[in-house]
Amino acid sequence: MAAITLSGLAKTYAGGVAAVKGIDLHVDDGELVVLVGPSGCGKSTLLRMVAGLESITEGALSIGGRVVNKLEPAERNIAMVFQNYALYPHMTVYQNLAYGLKNRGVKKSDIDRQVRDAARMLEIGPLLTRKPRKLSGGQRQRVAMGRALVRDPAVFLFDEPLSNLDAKLRVQMRVEIKKLQRRLQTTSLYVTHDQLEAMTLGDRLVVLNEGRIEQVGTPMDIYRYPATLFVAGFIGSPAMNLLPVDFLQARNAGDALDALPPGTDIIGIRPDTIFLAPPAVPHLACDATLELFEAAGAENHLYVRLAGGEQATVIRTGQQAPVAEGEILRCYAPLEALHCFNQASGQRTG
Amino acid sequence: MVEHRPWANLLSHGVLLIGVALIMLPVYIALMAATQAPGELLRGNMPLLPGGHGLENMRQMWQSGIASASAPPAGRMLWNSFVMAMTITLGKLGISLLSAFAIVYFRFRLRLFFFWLIFITLMLPVEVRIIPTFEVVASLNMLNSFAGLSIPLIASATATFLFRQFFMTIPEEMLEAARVDGAGPLRFFKDILLPLSITNIAALFVILFIYGWNQYLWPLLITTDPDYYTIVMGIQRMTSDENPQWQLIMAAVTMAALPPVLVVVFMQRLFIKGLTETEK
Ligand SMILES: Nc1ncnc2c1ncn2[C@@H]1O[C@H](COP(=O)(O)OP(=O)(O)O)[C@@H](O)[C@H]1O
Ligand SMILES: [Mg+2]
Repeated sequence: MAAITLSGLAKTYAGGVAAVKGIDLHVDDGELVVLVGPSGCGKSTLLRMVAGLESITEGALSIGGRVVNKLEPAERNIAMVFQNYALYPHMTVYQNLAYGLKNRGVKKSDIDRQVRDAARMLEIGPLLTRKPRKLSGGQRQRVAMGRALVRDPAVFLFDEPLSNLDAKLRVQMRVEIKKLQRRLQTTSLYVTHDQLEAMTLGDRLVVLNEGRIEQVGTPMDIYRYPATLFVAGFIGSPAMNLLPVDFLQARNAGDALDALPPGTDIIGIRPDTIFLAPPAVPHLACDATLELFEAAGAENHLYVRLAGGEQATVIRTGQQAPVAEGEILRCYAPLEALHCFNQASGQRTG
Repeated sequence: MVEHRPWANLLSHGVLLIGVALIMLPVYIALMAATQAPGELLRGNMPLLPGGHGLENMRQMWQSGIASASAPPAGRMLWNSFVMAMTITLGKLGISLLSAFAIVYFRFRLRLFFFWLIFITLMLPVEVRIIPTFEVVASLNMLNSFAGLSIPLIASATATFLFRQFFMTIPEEMLEAARVDGAGPLRFFKDILLPLSITNIAALFVILFIYGWNQYLWPLLITTDPDYYTIVMGIQRMTSDENPQWQLIMAAVTMAALPPVLVVVFMQRLFIKGLTETEK
């Protein structure tokens, strides 16, 4: 059990690539924090710095109140689950799980008990005598998890552990990881590029972009109040619609335009806050051509093009399409659902 | 896929059989020659049937050698060959595994330089550097010793290079997982790298053992004491006798051919196992 504190953590690779540029973050004891961001934003680098697999160029890292900058991975009391699992191919599942304990000089009888406990927790008991190549992808994933939790470490580190699984298994394992973490109350850092996985899994999310933190918060906070344009575009699926204010002004798009916070030149609207009937409150209104209607079961997607605009806009609704494809409809967005940003600074204006 | 046409089948089997015959005939003749009575072969006969003196010839060759050709007992020479071949093989494997490990997994200064230094020695086989090497071995008083027979042949760029290539195919996460699991460099080497390399080691063991066993020029050069003669050079000495005793020489040849065959047979199981269960 341990809190993790990153202060001013930075990493510049030997070639001069600045992968992580000054990260301040505190992860509470027992918390599950998800690092999320597009590929190449430095998530893995940051996680590997916490693990001790990558040296720290600048800043301080403490785990459980102890500065660990210079400690070997094994001395940090962490366990890591790798994207490709990195199981030892020549060892049985049992040996894979036992290896870290053996290296720490744990007694044979204790090793046996711990391995069997972990195997029971992950339901891999019947696989203990098999070698990794005789396992399915999902089973390998479980073994990789088992190898991490068998040692009862202070911190779990996950680097995209589910990205090699098929969609169904991914959802199933996601739920299971969350349940396990809840039960064990082990502080965890979880890296993913999948914003849905991040939203559903994390107690808190850290959105990273180009080696910097864009926003830290609970999944709902981040969804409701994205602090920057980047977060607005990254979190949520289908993605938030981003419309320039002058485009809307040129179309005289409603009374909401008069009530925008100063400095606003981009407006973000979530697809589920665009309506087909005028609300009673101040709102935006605009004509649009329906280009495509997509029925996805519980919800439907309308792909429309605003009159005179280039950019495709998405509307998420429970209703059927009001008009045929290719025809004009009118859509509305209430003022309170608008996310206002400044293009130059990338920040939220209010 | 291979088509199944009778005449093609027949033809290919025919070609294979001829090939087998071409290779096996000399072996067969040597075997038969080793069973003849003394003098039988000198009369110019080349019998194709067993002569009934096989065990006797073997025993004589094994125990007393050929005094007239100053060849020591074959038992002694086989032992010398075995010690030399084993030392070379184990030495080469040990050194090349360790140097490949260093080159792939450690970031030291001039790493690339050392890699190329090792690589360049590929261009300098024993025969090329034999005179300076002899000088060195002679000045170190290593003539007529097992050390002199084997040490100069131990350094191996080929094996280092092969292990380097193999280590580079092992995912980096394997090392990282081991580090998180508390394995230091040597433990990683022993517990993970070595077991993963076992197929490669078995294959190289065969190649290197045969290489060591078949050394001819080098032992010829540095041994003058019959106690250190190896079987391959010993056989050559026996043939330069005035009256070569071919039945005994052939008995020695048969014995000399056996250890490499045994090594192949035993190691084969290891690398066939490795080939069928490729794991990584
Ligand atoms: N060993 C390395 N040497 C140099 N640059 C690297 C190395 N590893 C990663 N990078 C660079 O650092 C950046 C962040 O990489 P990474 O942390 O792997 O991103 P992510 O995991 O978010 O996709 C990328 O631009 C990548 O090219
Ligand atoms: Mg990554």
